[in-house]
Amino acid sequence: MVIENKSNFSRRGFLKASSLASGGLLIGFNLFTACKQKAELPIDITKLSFTDFNAFIKIAENGMVTIFSPNPEIGQGVKTSMPMIIAEELNVAWKDVVVEQGILDTENYTRQVAGGSQSIRFGWDALRQTGATARQMLVNAAAEKWGVSASECSTKEGVITNATGETLGYGDVVKEAALLEIPENVALKEPKDYTIIGTKAINVDIDKIVSGKPLFGMDYKEEGMVYASVLRPPAFGQELESFDATAAKSINGVLDVITIGEKARNLLNSKKPGWSVKLSSSDKIVVIATSTWAAMKGKKAIKAAWKKVTPLESTDAHDTELVKLLDGKKFRTMRSDGDVKKAFAQADKVLERTYESPFLPHNCMEPMNFFASVDDAKIRLVGPIQTPEDLATAVSTMLDRNLEEVSVEMTRMGGGFGRRLYGDFAMEVAEIADVIRKPVKMVSSREDDMTTGVYRPAIKYRIKASVKNGEITGYQLKEAAVNGNMYGLIPNFFPAGAIENYQIDVASIKSNITTGAWRAPYTNFLSYAEQSFFDELAEITEKDPVQMRLDLLQKVKGTKDSKIQYSPERLEGVINLVVEKSGYRTPKEGVYQGFCAYYCHNTHVAEVADVVMENNKPVVKNVTVAVDCGIVVNPLGAINQIEGGVVDGVGHAMYGDFKFKDGMPGSSNFGAYRLIRNSEAPKVATYFVENNLAPTGLGEPTLPPAGAAVSIAITKATGKRIYKQPFTKNMVAKEIIG
Amino acid sequence: MNLYYLSIIFYNNFRVPYIRLFFIIQSLLIMPTYNLKVNKKKQLVDAEFDTPLLWALRDHLDLVGTKFGCGIGQCGACTVHVDGVATRSCLMPISALKDKEITTIEGLSENGSHPVQQAWKEVDVPQCGYCQAGQIMTASAFLETNSKPTEEEIKVAMNGNICRCSAYNRIQKAVVIASEKMG
Repeated sequence: MVIENKSNFSRRGFLKASSLASGGLLIGFNLFTACKQKAELPIDITKLSFTDFNAFIKIAENGMVTIFSPNPEIGQGVKTSMPMIIAEELNVAWKDVVVEQGILDTENYTRQVAGGSQSIRFGWDALRQTGATARQMLVNAAAEKWGVSASECSTKEGVITNATGETLGYGDVVKEAALLEIPENVALKEPKDYTIIGTKAINVDIDKIVSGKPLFGMDYKEEGMVYASVLRPPAFGQELESFDATAAKSINGVLDVITIGEKARNLLNSKKPGWSVKLSSSDKIVVIATSTWAAMKGKKAIKAAWKKVTPLESTDAHDTELVKLLDGKKFRTMRSDGDVKKAFAQADKVLERTYESPFLPHNCMEPMNFFASVDDAKIRLVGPIQTPEDLATAVSTMLDRNLEEVSVEMTRMGGGFGRRLYGDFAMEVAEIADVIRKPVKMVSSREDDMTTGVYRPAIKYRIKASVKNGEITGYQLKEAAVNGNMYGLIPNFFPAGAIENYQIDVASIKSNITTGAWRAPYTNFLSYAEQSFFDELAEITEKDPVQMRLDLLQKVKGTKDSKIQYSPERLEGVINLVVEKSGYRTPKEGVYQGFCAYYCHNTHVAEVADVVMENNKPVVKNVTVAVDCGIVVNPLGAINQIEGGVVDGVGHAMYGDFKFKDGMPGSSNFGAYRLIRNSEAPKVATYFVENNLAPTGLGEPTLPPAGAAVSIAITKATGKRIYKQPFTKNMVAKEIIG
Repeated sequence: MNLYYLSIIFYNNFRVPYIRLFFIIQSLLIMPTYNLKVNKKKQLVDAEFDTPLLWALRDHLDLVGTKFGCGIGQCGACTVHVDGVATRSCLMPISALKDKEITTIEGLSENGSHPVQQAWKEVDVPQCGYCQAGQIMTASAFLETNSKPTEEEIKVAMNGNICRCSAYNRIQKAVVIASEKMG
């Protein structure tokens, strides 16, 4: 069953403290590992070493608390919510806390990744323990000063009070606290006593964002820096044959035109290319210029010839191959309960449907970019990346340098959605800097980003179910995907455990198109396929779709199957809440509602989409969301994630359309590629199931159910089921949303 | 006087062919200078005539609040005000901006005190935050032309600005609050 409030976090030796030269107490800690034995804390605050600790708390003599954390911010709010957890247990006022992002060095990092909605989930215990231990140190120092027992002292908003009512501020005891032993087994607060967790904290970078201060990799600049624009093969399967840069070199501002690729091939051929490597093995042409514009202009002026080295693929060919896979027998079984064949043979009714989805680009608003500076002493990399450790390792391998010489500084990221897990663009700029030996920033154009990127792979699902005496007796899902299949625990999501005969089979084809994680990998489409299928199953068995889910969940309660990931009780909780809040049982004239419940990324979610017909077209007006993510650390940030996930899910299900022909993407910019816009966004109403369970992430889990809820609502509105994304391209003409 | 004009004068005065050739080449290599008025300050930009205002702001004037998103005027991340009108700076060449008042996010207010910026903070609009300068510049220009917009009018006005994190609900809410503040 799902982990609730369990902890496998080791308390011993994860934290060290010292006095700062500038005054104040510095506490260094590692979120997920113990410190190195010999780790030393700096006494000069400017010399924080993120190689020894991956986060620091500084408590100044005036009581101000600064939390230095290297955890990257993509927009999921962890830069605000993680420090909130520390501040809660530290017992300081949130207004007295400043959050700074630290620099990443190369050693000893674990979970220096923002992805998979897990930052909060993994950090929960470690962050609470850290805050509580720091508070206890300060209390112990005050107690010693007063000559009283620490147990007689209490804390509130950075002030320690003893039994006689005397008070000391945290800042007053920082010197003494630094000299004390670090306490162990400190008590954690009860959720009912929380004063920061559960309150609405505004994003810590808000002032900088609304006033346009430099924050993002794109904004990074150094003295003497030049700009680079990279021309990559226009089609997957091609490599550079020859090029003429005469015209490019005559453009004002263009300094040089070089090629890179050799070092990238060294990396690709090395023993450990790392999971981040999405580099093309081709030579690439790089224009070096005095400005971004000159570099981009220079790139357009290059005349290049490309040769085909592997087949140039197309969406039509993928479709044929994936259908062939579904029709064939080359499957790997990921979970099998009972005997689905027997269930199908003995059924009263069998329903089989195929669902299809296209490749999708990530389209982060901030195009890929990175800064690099390489000299004989060191390699400095600065930019937006979700996997700095992988990048440092890859670059050290690629350029044959010691890992210690590589530093990665993370900037705020203008969106991630999975794209910035892969450091291909940063590796390229490292190779450029190694050639030109000047500080350089590579900036991708939108076209570079959309046509030479990493994509969510196309997937087809074929789902078959059998019904006997009104009960679902068998369920078989086949996945045909590109470059890999659903992983890990996904086959154990609902309805695993609820249907006696159950089987998940997967198969994939290889493609030379680079594919990778895309917000809520696999589940972003799987949810639509399965939940739409359940809705149709409810229709043919003449059952209420909500009751059908609840009946299935009854069968999972008390299961002894430790692989089952979701909690039937928690899924039931969100279902009941969404039904109540959406008015699902009291339908309004002309409003068509689609219901969906789903568990993924450790969070239970149910959604109801409201669709109305306007000018003969279905329009998504509202989405009601019920979420069980345990304790909500920052409701303001949480609701933002939920609303964004829902609207993003609706948008890509409705409009996300991306095709390949001759190895080339059919759209390269927002003129031809449609993203959901303001006027198309439904209003999202969010409701939380309140409980005191450990928090789970919200960056991903509300996206997958959205497409399903919308497709079901559209089906009710139009009378036609949709089996293929994007919905706007796969409905009959009069139903297309304008 | 910059070298560009100097070269033209020389070109006109030395009509000997080889000298002409020399100055033609030199005039091609030297960038012209443009006078821009950005955030109430006069700024000189040495750049090609076709340089989009976006890149002049970002690379030449270090005003990086204006963001690059698509380069074709489709996403709105680069929105600035030109004479008070919301304009896509990625499509606006610097040579077309003589005597124009340009306002960027950095110049919208001192210390982020513009009602739209205040509303953005109150609602806690941003997720990744990258598109927000463009959203704020579009909203602030729009509210100058329509101080009490309807929900539909807000959606239409903000439709040209993509937010990939899809914080559209909060953008709508913040525009309403800003309009009340400006009231």
